[in-house]
Amino acid sequence: MNVVLDHQLQQRIFAEMVEAYPNEGGGFLLGTLDGDTVSIADVVHISNTFEAEEQYHRYAMTPQDWARLEDEADARGLTLVGYYHSHPNSPAIPSVYDRDHALPNFTYIITSVQNTGQPSPVEMRAWLLRADRSQFDASTLKIT
Amino acid sequence: MPAIRIPTPLRAYTGNQAQISVHGATIGDALNDLTTQHPELRPHLFNGAELRSFVNIYIGEEDIRFLNGLETEIEEDDALRIIPSIAGGN
Repeated sequence: MNVVLDHQLQQRIFAEMVEAYPNEGGGFLLGTLDGDTVSIADVVHISNTFEAEEQYHRYAMTPQDWARLEDEADARGLTLVGYYHSHPNSPAIPSVYDRDHALPNFTYIITSVQNTGQPSPVEMRAWLLRADRSQFDASTLKIT
Repeated sequence: MPAIRIPTPLRAYTGNQAQISVHGATIGDALNDLTTQHPELRPHLFNGAELRSFVNIYIGEEDIRFLNGLETEIEEDDALRIIPSIAGGN
């Protein structure tokens, strides 16, 4: 799978993830799907609703957030194509927790944020869950 | 006949249909009918006999976990919706 993300949208994600540090942050990816290419048209930040003391390693959004953004995507002629979140102080690789709460056909963009004197995004990777739920495969992330 | 709205990522398993009509007197019956019509949905909705923790079923604005769960009775014209709760962590 190829994931195409505009440089300015990537910078927006980076800024949000740095602001959330040392907690996790995240949001939805709206875009279009054409064959094996997902093109991200917009990113929508969603507040982390996990218990405050767990937010350093957990991120969650409500079902109402999903319903609202799915309806918004439809209204804008877009598709809810994925979601993004950060991994503070750990690699941009899906965890077992990520896999247990994931859906296939949905792009997962993970940003690793590390404190290198100040919080900085050090890596962004895109992933897709296999249909048999066994593991994620890396997508090719193209920044345009 | 009740209809269930399918979340975008799972429409790959319903022939890209966003809404599926189902038979059943309860939510559990309706989901069984849905996953009989579209078997590839089942592993993403259920872990064994239990709904996956991040899978929520709504009747209108009501989460069935706050009603009677899979035993919740449904009416012919109910609008059901499968809504995932996105979560992640490291």
